[in-house]
Amino acid sequence: MADRPGPLDYLRRWWLRGWILAVVVFLYAPIVCLVVFSFNDSRRNIVWQGFTLDYYGRALRNASLIEAFTNSLVVALVATVLSTIIGALLALALWRFRFVGRSAVEAGSALPIVIPEICMGVALLVFFTRVGWPTGLVWPLNLSSVIFSHVAFAFPFVTVVVRARMEGFDRSLEEASKDLGASEWQTFWNVTLPYMKPGLIAGALLAMTLSLDDFVITFFTSGPETLTFPVKVYSMVRFGATPEVNAASTVLIVVTILLTIIAIRLQSPAKQEG
Amino acid sequence: MESWRAQPLVFLVFLLPGLFWLALFFFIPLGLIWGIALGERVGPAEIEITWTLQNYIHALDPLYLGLFVKSFWIALLATALCLVLSFPVALAISFAPARIKPLLLLLIILPFWTNLLIRTYAMIAVLRTQGYVNWSLEWLWGVGKLLLAPIGFEPVLGESFTPLQLLYNNTAVVVGIVYVYLPFMVLPLYATLDKLDRSYLEASLDLGASQLRTFFAVTVPLAMPGIVSGIILVFIPALGTFLISDLLGGPDSQLIGNVIERQFKSANNLPLGSAMSFILLYITFVALALRAWLSRRAERDG
Repeated sequence: MADRPGPLDYLRRWWLRGWILAVVVFLYAPIVCLVVFSFNDSRRNIVWQGFTLDYYGRALRNASLIEAFTNSLVVALVATVLSTIIGALLALALWRFRFVGRSAVEAGSALPIVIPEICMGVALLVFFTRVGWPTGLVWPLNLSSVIFSHVAFAFPFVTVVVRARMEGFDRSLEEASKDLGASEWQTFWNVTLPYMKPGLIAGALLAMTLSLDDFVITFFTSGPETLTFPVKVYSMVRFGATPEVNAASTVLIVVTILLTIIAIRLQSPAKQEG
Repeated sequence: MESWRAQPLVFLVFLLPGLFWLALFFFIPLGLIWGIALGERVGPAEIEITWTLQNYIHALDPLYLGLFVKSFWIALLATALCLVLSFPVALAISFAPARIKPLLLLLIILPFWTNLLIRTYAMIAVLRTQGYVNWSLEWLWGVGKLLLAPIGFEPVLGESFTPLQLLYNNTAVVVGIVYVYLPFMVLPLYATLDKLDRSYLEASLDLGASQLRTFFAVTVPLAMPGIVSGIILVFIPALGTFLISDLLGGPDSQLIGNVIERQFKSANNLPLGSAMSFILLYITFVALALRAWLSRRAERDG
């Protein structure tokens, strides 16, 4: 009797376990196949022919693929720094101050999160051509249009994450600090900022993954000289899937999974204290 | 919270960078295409804003209207499939023991962190005629033939295995959307189901309602905010998708996203493309307003 599942022990029902298993297989099978295929010693055949690292070597020797990968990393790095600063500042403004149009700013800053990406992509494409944004600059300055677009869609996410973190902050700590003689700046640096830190890190990692992941907006804002990895892979896929693409994709998957795991590690202790 | 007048300088330092960025790289670009949608082409690259509604009328003529309707149905079907697939998963996770809950959640979220393009690309390898699904089917076909041979029924399965055409059609697009956006549905559902007051469910079961009746009469209505959020999170990107239909769809699977992309990249009809983008935006706003209205109503009733 003790082993019969309780009425609400949904996870102990076999059909629900089967359902979850099916969904997990559906979510993972294609990715696992892609990764396995990148080590398979055969160009077209999906049947296992033997282990090889050949495609990783070829991907490494593919200069334009490496260039796109470097572009992606540079874009992600700069966009992350900018998004984190801008997003966190806006979060502080919304969290701390009462002002006319506050809810309008709040709603407006959330808009880039919710509108279809293609609308933002085409709008930025038109914007950069109309204002005559300089093209053909030396690397990495030519990446500026892509970087600024990434900041535009990533910083609102940072704002949301940092604001959520600040909801739990006790303002009396700041007052205590000031009562004890600390200046405004000292209080911010020694009291507010340390509390914000987990939110900042989580927001930064989110911005970084969003930037590395973005295809649609980059597709519209990048030129032939400023392809990022996803856009490059897209053009390769259009000309036919090759194991090199699998190898390069596997590298990117590993990078993002590592980033995610770091993000989760950093976030969970914060949850426990809060 | 304090008035901004207490520290105007700090306030401006906090507020202005975000506001500036939002204005320059979001609202001005959107404003530009809003204007272009009301303009006409007067030269190869010149557009004059003439406040005409011609582009909207053009965007809604039967050819393009059909595409909007088709995109709408494909997005709706994919969203419905996501909901049906996700609900049991979200329910099971929210009622799982605290120990394995984060692990299960991570399992669902992790693919979402993988690049959209890579996931779509992975789907090609699974669905193509020499892909994994057809390969498994062929294997099953072989096994079936072996099993049926002793009783003489193997001709039922045909002379040779014909691979199914799974890729480059509308079904592939729907499967692709479900695959890519499934985590968007599971997470909001989980968030509401996890906060749900379980005593309602227990009361319903104690009073003799069956599991199924409890599910539809108690759980689903209580989970409504999560259901609505999930539907919006999947439906809006699905409606505007062009990558999935481009890579997985066939010549007849063009969606509105593909047409918009073409107006800006190759056909160079910016006014028409802008009008279509704004129709997509207006649909988004309607969906968001609907959600706000539903949540306000739920708050008032609750």
